[in-house]
Amino acid sequence: MSKALLYDSTLCIGCKQCEVACAGQNKLPYDDAIAAEQIQSEHKMTVVLTRNDKFMRRLCLNCNDPSCASVCPVGAIQKTALGPVTYDASRCMGCRYCMVACPFSVPKYEWGKLVPKVQKCTMCPDRVAQGKPTACAEICPTGATKFGERDELIAEAQKRMHDNPGTYVNHIYGLEEVGGTSVLLLSAVPFETFGYRSNLSKDPMPMLTYRVLSHIPDFVPLGGMVLGGIWWITHRREEVAVAEGREATKTNATNKNGRKS
Amino acid sequence: MARANTFNFTTFKFTFWKVVFLFWMAAGLYATYIRFTQGLGASTHLNDQFPWGIWISFDVLCGVMLAAGGFTLTAAVHILNVKRLHSIIRPTILTAFLGYILVCAALMFDLGKPYNIWHPLIMRNPHSVMFEVAYCVMLYTTVLALEFSPIVLERFHLQKPLKVVRGILIPLVICGVILSTLHQSSLGTLYLIVPEKLYPLWYSPLLPAFFFLSAIAVGLAMTIFESSLSSKHFGLQLELPVLQELGRVLVVVLGVYAILRFEDLANRGALKLALRPGYEMYLFWVEISLGIILPLALLTQRRVRSSANGLYSAAVLVVLGFITNRMNVSITGFEGSTGVRYFPKWTELAVTGMLIAAGFALFGTAVKYLPIFPKEAVALQPLAEQDSTLPDVSGVMEHAGD
Repeated sequence: MSKALLYDSTLCIGCKQCEVACAGQNKLPYDDAIAAEQIQSEHKMTVVLTRNDKFMRRLCLNCNDPSCASVCPVGAIQKTALGPVTYDASRCMGCRYCMVACPFSVPKYEWGKLVPKVQKCTMCPDRVAQGKPTACAEICPTGATKFGERDELIAEAQKRMHDNPGTYVNHIYGLEEVGGTSVLLLSAVPFETFGYRSNLSKDPMPMLTYRVLSHIPDFVPLGGMVLGGIWWITHRREEVAVAEGREATKTNATNKNGRKS
Repeated sequence: MARANTFNFTTFKFTFWKVVFLFWMAAGLYATYIRFTQGLGASTHLNDQFPWGIWISFDVLCGVMLAAGGFTLTAAVHILNVKRLHSIIRPTILTAFLGYILVCAALMFDLGKPYNIWHPLIMRNPHSVMFEVAYCVMLYTTVLALEFSPIVLERFHLQKPLKVVRGILIPLVICGVILSTLHQSSLGTLYLIVPEKLYPLWYSPLLPAFFFLSAIAVGLAMTIFESSLSSKHFGLQLELPVLQELGRVLVVVLGVYAILRFEDLANRGALKLALRPGYEMYLFWVEISLGIILPLALLTQRRVRSSANGLYSAAVLVVLGFITNRMNVSITGFEGSTGVRYFPKWTELAVTGMLIAAGFALFGTAVKYLPIFPKEAVALQPLAEQDSTLPDVSGVMEHAGD
């Protein structure tokens, strides 16, 4: 049902064919200079990091319950049933809350352009919809990046860890992080080495804000009633005071007429 | 009186503040040109690690906070029926209205595609705090415009629309208070989704409550601040007893905020971070000293509370303290996790300076040409103004319904 990518860094040879294919798929420039860049940017949606001869891909993890999609005020970012988290630039107004909210700091911005877009890997939604693997998985010569059903890939990752004791750190990154992601990572060295956060909750992040937001429909009529009630009571006292002393002074009578009651 | 003071080149004189104003307008307009011809990259120090800078931190977060006097005072006067505060409600509404106009202006600079700012009207994502923020900005600016409209309508003697606005005043005020409560707190809610990025001295599940409570404190402080400034600048009588009353409420609000804030830090085990030397610790104590400790130390003394200068100083401290708080939540608190330091580019400062200068200038212009301060009421019926035990006739009649 839900598609996913499994990246096994122990199989990766750092050939960067995935970077090339990704740039081609997303019509982005690619040359030796860009190949040397070790950072995700608005023109580089995936990057193969090298640290002490170990490789690790960075890309959008296409979360199961993505923060970016939940925070986008105009619904420009959507989680599709197949897995990809897509972006529609025509809806975007450029508030960049997705960049602030993403726990993996994935979305990048075209700061140099007058009509800027957010750029992030969207897991090749058109290819996936046609039943094809993502561009990066298709081109990978060693099978380090593998496309498939999320459930099957999880089972495979667990099998690899079981069959090769000592090869991997005992963690499938993306299995539980922020409620699970559509990209699963295996590594021989701790994921923090490559900047993946280890302090993430297992619960989806969007609940943190929705817990508060969901009270608004209750709060509005309740607040209106309380405020209206206070207004009624505070002004009623005054009316009573005026009515009781109606005959007493002319001033008070003027006051009563002056107020709307 | 005000009419005599119209613009005339032969009598125009450069004063210190006019030069300051012109400087910021010139710098700001040049920065505006750069922003809209070369984009955000050329006009800001924002980058992928730091997507929100001072246009959000100061212009929006602080701008909305500084406008909080509007809902605080309208609630006190129209809902709680505290008549003594009536004389300062118009300048407060003016401040709030200008504040929101400037927030909208700042958003036009900060949004990557400002011409899409209307998109939330038809493209809705009710799960997004930013969606709530967008609606609060739109609706509350409208409410403020309506709350402000009687002043303009009065000036031009438009009785019919005046009657309509006054007829819906109480529902309008209630809407304003609800929208403000939502908006002030939602700016804190924005940051609930980044527990792993925001430094624990500032990240708290109570952020919405902190933003709301501190907005009330700042609303009161801003009212004291602007009343004091106006009395000096426009030669008006200072409503000292009224401001003293606000000072007392301010003590209570700050006290509640302080207790809640430190209880929260203790409960989350973050209190030790307040003593761990470092960048964050220093800025945390700047915020707490300016915003809470010093003003409380000042305002709890009767001697300070009963002096115009004492109240003014305490109010300025509160405002500065909570500006620091908003900057800490939105900038300082992110520098540790992102690993980059952010300092605004000159163009960002120039735009912010231009908007502040415009705010002061618009306030001055409005005071000059519109019935903002109740001069006539004070002059004509001084006895009724002072007598607070009886229902305040002159105040009620003068501003029935605004």
